Amino acid sequence: MTDLTKLSAAALADKLASREVSSVEATRAHLDRIAAVDGDIHAFLHVSERALDVAAGIDTRRAAGEQLGPLAGVPLAIKDVLVTTDMPSTSGSKILEGYMSPFDATVVARARVAGLVPLGKTNMDEFAMGSSTEHSAYGPTRNPWDLERIPGGSGGGSAAAVAAFEAPLALGSDTGGSIRQPAHVTGTVGMKPTYGGVSRYGAIALASSLDQVGPVTRTVLDAGLLHDVIGGHDPHDSTSLAEAWPSFAAAAREGATGDALKGLRVGVIKELPDSGFQAGVSESFRAALDAMQAHGAEIVEISAPHFEYGVAAYYLVLPAEASSNLAKFDSVRFGMRVDVPGGTVEDVMAATRDAGFGDEVKRRIILGTYALSAGYYDAYYGSAQKVRTLIQRDFDEAFAQVDVIATPSAPTTAFKLGEKIDDPLQMYLNDVTTIPANLAGVPGISIPSGLAAEDGLPVGIQFLAPAREDARLYRVGAALEAVLLDEWGGPLLDRAPMLDSMGGAR
Amino acid sequence: MVSEITPDLVRHLGVLARIQLSDEEVERLTGQLDVIVDNIAKVSEVATPDIAATSHPIALQNVFRPDEVGDLLTPAQVLQNAPEAADGRFRVTAILGEEQ
Amino acid sequence: MAKDALMDFDKALELFEPVLGFEVHVELNTETKMFSAAANPANSANHAAGPNTLVAPVDMGLPGALPVVNETAVRYSISLGLALGCSIAPSSRFARKNYFYPDLGKNYQISQYDEPIAFEGHVDVELADGTIVPVPIERAHMEEDAGKLTHVGGATGRIQGAEYSLVDYNRAGVPLVEIVTKPIYGTEHRAPDVAKAYVQTIRDIVLSLGISDARMERGNLRCDANVSLRPRGQEKLGTRTETKNVNSMRSVERAVRYEIQRQAAILAAGGKITQETRHWHEDTGTTSPGRPKSDADDYRYFPEPDLLPVVPAPELIEQLRGALPEPPAARRRRLKAEWGFTDLEFQDVVNGGLLAEVEATVAAGAAPASARKWWTGELTRIANATSAEGTGREASDLATPAQVAELQLLIDEGTLTDKLARQVLEGVVAGEGSPKDVVAARGLAVVSDDGALIAAIDEALASQPDVLEKIRDGKVQAAGAIIGAVMKAMKGQADAARVRELVLERAAQ
Ligand SMILES: [Mg+2]
Ligand SMILES: [Zn+2]
Repeated sequence: MTDLTKLSAAALADKLASREVSSVEATRAHLDRIAAVDGDIHAFLHVSERALDVAAGIDTRRAAGEQLGPLAGVPLAIKDVLVTTDMPSTSGSKILEGYMSPFDATVVARARVAGLVPLGKTNMDEFAMGSSTEHSAYGPTRNPWDLERIPGGSGGGSAAAVAAFEAPLALGSDTGGSIRQPAHVTGTVGMKPTYGGVSRYGAIALASSLDQVGPVTRTVLDAGLLHDVIGGHDPHDSTSLAEAWPSFAAAAREGATGDALKGLRVGVIKELPDSGFQAGVSESFRAALDAMQAHGAEIVEISAPHFEYGVAAYYLVLPAEASSNLAKFDSVRFGMRVDVPGGTVEDVMAATRDAGFGDEVKRRIILGTYALSAGYYDAYYGSAQKVRTLIQRDFDEAFAQVDVIATPSAPTTAFKLGEKIDDPLQMYLNDVTTIPANLAGVPGISIPSGLAAEDGLPVGIQFLAPAREDARLYRVGAALEAVLLDEWGGPLLDRAPMLDSMGGAR
Repeated sequence: MVSEITPDLVRHLGVLARIQLSDEEVERLTGQLDVIVDNIAKVSEVATPDIAATSHPIALQNVFRPDEVGDLLTPAQVLQNAPEAADGRFRVTAILGEEQ
Repeated sequence: MAKDALMDFDKALELFEPVLGFEVHVELNTETKMFSAAANPANSANHAAGPNTLVAPVDMGLPGALPVVNETAVRYSISLGLALGCSIAPSSRFARKNYFYPDLGKNYQISQYDEPIAFEGHVDVELADGTIVPVPIERAHMEEDAGKLTHVGGATGRIQGAEYSLVDYNRAGVPLVEIVTKPIYGTEHRAPDVAKAYVQTIRDIVLSLGISDARMERGNLRCDANVSLRPRGQEKLGTRTETKNVNSMRSVERAVRYEIQRQAAILAAGGKITQETRHWHEDTGTTSPGRPKSDADDYRYFPEPDLLPVVPAPELIEQLRGALPEPPAARRRRLKAEWGFTDLEFQDVVNGGLLAEVEATVAAGAAPASARKWWTGELTRIANATSAEGTGREASDLATPAQVAELQLLIDEGTLTDKLARQVLEGVVAGEGSPKDVVAARGLAVVSDDGALIAAIDEALASQPDVLEKIRDGKVQAAGAIIGAVMKAMKGQADAARVRELVLERAAQ
């Protein structure tokens, strides 16, 4: 029998639909894989005790002839930022250790309705603050390509889980690149939808005006299939867009036929600095552009003069909103409580928040409190919101000339664990290419473009489209993916050195 | 740009944010925030008065909910994660100061 | 706590000019809360709910929960803004007001800050003597209420000295409109009257709009009163205090008077007023200092990213404007004429804040004079007694207009005498149900069965033959002794006039 964990979600779904494979078999294969490799990878914070029962339920329904959704019976890993009723939800923080939500996040509820089988909750930087998953209160996740390296962040757990074949599909959240940058460093696919395209209800908020939930997968089609399940209007989220969306899976299938690149105008940002970008990243990016050009795409240089202010604006907006969003963790209603003998409730709150939050969280809360406080608001938070307007204008002008914008997904390949942890500013610069999409609300996808020559580690290419044009990204992403797979003779992940050696023996 | 970040300011921000920062934390944060703020202060270079602020990336308006009951939690659900509860309510230790 | 020195009120007014300002919070009586679909405890249907039974995830700040604006609350707020003579903002938005407090589930309050839904209005406030005082309104904005704290273990049930506190989030998220006045000048010795009349007027407005139950003892309407004094002839405003927790109309009047007298004593002695919030104590009729304003009051307002701007369609605003009830002053003139009350009688009603109650009682079928009599008489007397006990209920809190109308109907149809009716009313106030319920439960109806009366009369006549003789001799006043005996035997539940008739009839046989 084929190794069920190596199948794409689409391929596995076909076998499930034809009843060649049962959901219990598929789920057990992934649970076995988790048991075998997750001691090394640490992608999961919690593995569901119910997964096999849920899978058996799907099999029963299928056997009874019930019409099930296209992904019914396929296992799913869920980033711990999303609340779930049957598993703890911690957002990677000690302050929420053991927290049980009385409701499911909308995306989780939709996944359940569609028959996906939740496998467990994946590791992440605490409250999604970070680019390496080293800021998880529960220890770092390791990159399946090299266990000494970071899997990206904040959604390193979800990316590593799909890269290490522990799950075919995962859910992530992206506030400044937390889906796309982990995809880049793990050789996987990550999609940040248009702001409002996917419900935020039940996603433990980091920065409300930037957060967006999206799919983390190994193929573009799989991302489209999962996006179709989780997307669409949710009345519980005021910022959710009400319009009907096309099928993203259909867009990906259409793109894979190859025509999508013909006449496609691809914008390349002239101001994006070459300095700070690893040579192998730039080379892989240019090679991908060449491949697109060879298939009929037109590469157009565009100007986005305000993107260079993006990181600065982001590190004002995010901490400001986060400082308010994270105020609810105060020891009164849920979560950790540190008793202060003889102390007042104020003392208890302050002691709990000191003990319950990690350094990066405290750093950003203090920074955000500063940015919002009387006398500083206009210079910092107010100015940052104006930079968003300028970045949106840059996008508008660019998209008047091109269909999509392409960038490397991040400046470097996976760095070593601990390498940047003491230098927050260096860490923040990781997000330089992903942040503008969050500030402007536009969709972005990262797909593997190849390996960097100097270190053999994966590199991703990011495509950005105008707001609401998510389908365009699936078409273009699937088209390039098809071209590159042809060139490589198989998926990039087949070349991940660690994965084959990580058998059950460890 | 002259540094605005001082240990006293960081300590005050800790009070506002209800985080009991140790002296060591105050000192470390003062240095780190100083570097970060120097770098992010550049937003004001381009944020001229004629530019409108964007607080929502996708502009929507008038998103309302009909006035109909739903979403209620049971009292057990309300209290299910309570660090301490009594009489169907959350229990907290003495509150300093006055009612709001 | 040291007792405050107070200056004689008239003396204070000689030396200083009072300047007032008010923040009134109105709880809307929508079905659900401002930002969640939990049932609203400020709607009387849900008033008696147990602790933490009216809570949705967003009300207690659960991780992942998000707010969504209640459409009806927005309409109510626009109507209220229009009734206050305000302009409705073409676009308004919500903001977060950040501060930590255990009754605030998210540790921020969603409110409106720089873009309130209504701004720049005024209301005419009519005093007891008919004087109209225009009160300028700065803004009216939408926000959410906080939960309720119960302080346990202290001697007084107050926060000071309490051992621990309990938090109930039912009230968290109740829709509020906060109405903020501009400084009110020139009220002079009528400042306390203006204060009371202003709150009465706001109450009249929200009741006639039907947007709030407006029961002050339940906190549906809460007034913070700002008072400052400036020496005669001085331009610059004095330092103000903000007295919170003033939860009855009578108390607003008393609190303002108290602050004028207290501040005047301090200023006259060369002291300085501390800018602070003060708390009103219903039991002692005094105010005491709260937390002084400090730089910890940095609320770090910023636009609420989870909510979108409110941009009311001009047609909606015009539709709501067209549906506004008549302004309070006009309404008063109309009602006074309709009811045919004297100036004094009408003032009694207005002063008691009972206009809406009398109007509703008349609408429910009672004669205006009867309605007035119950509200300004018996119910006000009971309310005053509760005030002396320190429980401080308003007459309007004691019974509903429907109950009062029903009570009067029972008198009109002869089921109750005036005296019995007062007993029934006590039962109603004690929460025993409607007048009919109380009559049934307490067995209080007039005995209208002549057979029972005649039996009692015959027994009384037989036991007092001398009296019978006197009556037969034409000394009719002697019948009083028999009537008294019969009324006693009937436990007062008989119509004395009918008894008298029957006594004379039986004595003649
Ligand atoms: Mg206020
Ligand atoms: Zn308020």
